[in-house]
Amino acid sequence: MIRPEPVQVVKARRDGALAWLAGSVPYAAFLGIRFDRRGDELTAVLPFDEKLIGNPALPALHGGVTAAFLEVTAIIGLSWATLWEAFEAGRLDPAKMAAGDLPPLPRTIDFTVDYLRAGLPRDAYARARINRSGRRFASVQVEAWQDNRERPFALGSVHLLMPPAPGEPAE
Amino acid sequence: MTDLTMTARRFIESIPHARALGMCLKELGDGKATIVMPYDTRFVGDPATGVLHGGAVSALMDTASGASVMCHPAAPVATVTLDLRIDYMRPATPGQTITARAECHHVTRSVAFIRVVATDEDEARPVAMGTGAFTLERARAKP
Repeated sequence: MIRPEPVQVVKARRDGALAWLAGSVPYAAFLGIRFDRRGDELTAVLPFDEKLIGNPALPALHGGVTAAFLEVTAIIGLSWATLWEAFEAGRLDPAKMAAGDLPPLPRTIDFTVDYLRAGLPRDAYARARINRSGRRFASVQVEAWQDNRERPFALGSVHLLMPPAPGEPAE
Repeated sequence: MTDLTMTARRFIESIPHARALGMCLKELGDGKATIVMPYDTRFVGDPATGVLHGGAVSALMDTASGASVMCHPAAPVATVTLDLRIDYMRPATPGQTITARAECHHVTRSVAFIRVVATDEDEARPVAMGTGAFTLERARAKP
């Protein structure tokens, strides 16, 4: 009988992989986006900051910040889902990833944002749902909310070009 | 410069996030706005290539679009994005300034429709194009 791995080994591997993936995007760090993980489920968190304001009179989050937050959540969420198996099977070398040798990220083809209500000057959260993840294309929906999960303030729909699988020529 | 253009310019220059991204207003008036954003390594999406993140380009395009609404002859007092759709045609060349040109091409009593194009220094090949709908809040009629 194979004994299950100790929980701390599993956690360290998964949290390490997520930190490298999320930390590899300078723009996500600039906005202050971080990711909470429960098993394979990710929630993106955007802590409020003065520089994220678009309308100082209201005040409200900048529409571009909301768009960027949704897009980052979609890209990292899709990457995480597609790389999860590779992480778990140990096919991605943690040492290489820590050194910055990360697998290529999916690229946005098009992106639609539905602004449902003003983003308030407080923390925001987002989750991505992968509706389709094919060999070349993926379709991802993203939902962002603040105080109330049932009242999203923005929805995004993103089409992405998948990175070439190892050994395949680039698009 | 007309009062309307001055109002729109003040509106844009007071946006904290536009300042944070280093945006600079180039042209403004009659429902058209041009805003530039110099390349900055903090806005990179893929460190392996140095290509800017789509989100930074989206933020620039959203700002230019809102600016084009604010300087429309309908003279709105405020606007917010209702919907924005962006097509990314190619990665922006690393190191180059991004320019977003937005046009508010139609307004109704309460909605403004925009088109926006983002280019790097090769202006013949757009980096991204977008269309959107913005709210249009008109000044209340004086009693």
